[in-house]
Amino acid sequence: MLLIYCPHCLEHREEEEFSYGGEAHIARPLAPESLTDEEWGDYLFFRKNPRGIHHEMWYHGVGCRRYFNATRNTLTYEILETYVVGTQPQITGADA
Amino acid sequence: MKRYSAFSLLKNALSYHENWQKVWRNPTPKKDYDVIIVGGGGHGLATAYYLAKVHGITNVAVVEKGYLGGGNTARNTTIIRSNYLWDEAAQLYELSLKLWEGLSQELNYNVMFSQRGVLNLGHNLQDMRDIERRVNANRLNGIDGEVVTPERIKEIAPLINISRNSRYPILGASWQPRGGTARHDAVAWGYARGADALGVDMIQQTEVTGIRRKDGAVVGVETTNGFIGARKVACVTAGSSGLVAAMAGIRLPVESRPLQAMVSEPVKPCLDTVVMSNAVHGYVSQSDKGDLVIGAGVDSYNGYGQRGSFNVIEHTVQAICELFPAFSRVQMNRQWGGIVDTCPDACPIISKTSVDGLYFNCGWGTGGFKATPGSGFVFADTVANDRPHPLAAAFNIDRFNTGALIDEHGAAGVAH
Repeated sequence: MLLIYCPHCLEHREEEEFSYGGEAHIARPLAPESLTDEEWGDYLFFRKNPRGIHHEMWYHGVGCRRYFNATRNTLTYEILETYVVGTQPQITGADA
Repeated sequence: MKRYSAFSLLKNALSYHENWQKVWRNPTPKKDYDVIIVGGGGHGLATAYYLAKVHGITNVAVVEKGYLGGGNTARNTTIIRSNYLWDEAAQLYELSLKLWEGLSQELNYNVMFSQRGVLNLGHNLQDMRDIERRVNANRLNGIDGEVVTPERIKEIAPLINISRNSRYPILGASWQPRGGTARHDAVAWGYARGADALGVDMIQQTEVTGIRRKDGAVVGVETTNGFIGARKVACVTAGSSGLVAAMAGIRLPVESRPLQAMVSEPVKPCLDTVVMSNAVHGYVSQSDKGDLVIGAGVDSYNGYGQRGSFNVIEHTVQAICELFPAFSRVQMNRQWGGIVDTCPDACPIISKTSVDGLYFNCGWGTGGFKATPGSGFVFADTVANDRPHPLAAAFNIDRFNTGALIDEHGAAGVAH
């Protein structure tokens, strides 16, 4: 069971209060109609899926009902930091 | 290879079973091979076997970082069925089911394939509509299946709770009598023994650390025991597929997540079929040893730790107790996790890649075990002929750019 620190509620809460939102920092293309099929497919489906440091979105559905980002190690499951959307992570790994 | 038979059993009994032939050799790697298969799980070993058996390519090595069949092959709940909704998936899994039906004889190795039937339960009206649609689609594809009533379900699995007063009452199910279970280790060992007898080298305790390329084509693999040359490299590495792809500079649309399973203490025979439910989210069968084999959903987040979350176990056990109140007194014995590589459309990738001579078979997600024979069969054909097998064509990696997905998420009674 993960204990996740919500940067909006400023509290550690149990994993079950949250939903996973997948990889963070994926920018939606500004002009989707001008993309090739490869670029659009990459945006939709291809994720980094690293073994190690991963920046990912979480949604605090049972609390503040807001999204935030977390930096988590996908091998040890240690959550290294959480930060609000729009800011950059402090911790980055080679794979991130 | 010495064949197994009642006679060989008797003969070896006379020498106290001390002189059985080794099931496979433990060879030193050659300098190069026609094909190197990365990953010695069920799918990789099946690929090696069919390359040698069907295509006559015997200069093949299976390179495995641990021991044969020690990854997800050893960690799954061994359910076999082919009742998938979409034509492409149904045909692939049905090919597999047909191969299962003759596999013990084919391999001269008892894979303990038991066609005890699979029930996929429906708990609400939409479940039932989906089940009817799927069963009809299956029948049009020549796959057995029927929609059954709660009363019939009770006949098949007498311990099940079909009360209308339960929290999620059972309204019906799809029933595939040809589905069932098999012995997971035996499948890997049987294929390994068969491939070894045809000349394939099993190279264990050797991890692939790089894929060497020259002019856009594969020339071999770097391993912890040195470089091994190969004209073709076929990667069948399940939960590690993304990492292996990165060695060749390729990206895959897979995400790796832990999937858990657990077994109870052995109990007397009480469930002679497989029961699955998407709505309450659990699946259960009973092994020949007597343990209840229980499957869980995947963790919601990416992870490579071969363990899962406690809350997923709790939900799964709740589901099983909801379906079988009698199991509430059964103690759980062991629990474990494996890493599954899931594709966005819950269907696998069986494909050539942008690197000449490099092939991938991955993305089986939560349901790869049932496909072991068919996966190996079509992948061997794809590798041998350097073009997709007709049944594998739809599972090309290009589909994530063309948009021709095979959307089995939820459609196939896939329990995630």
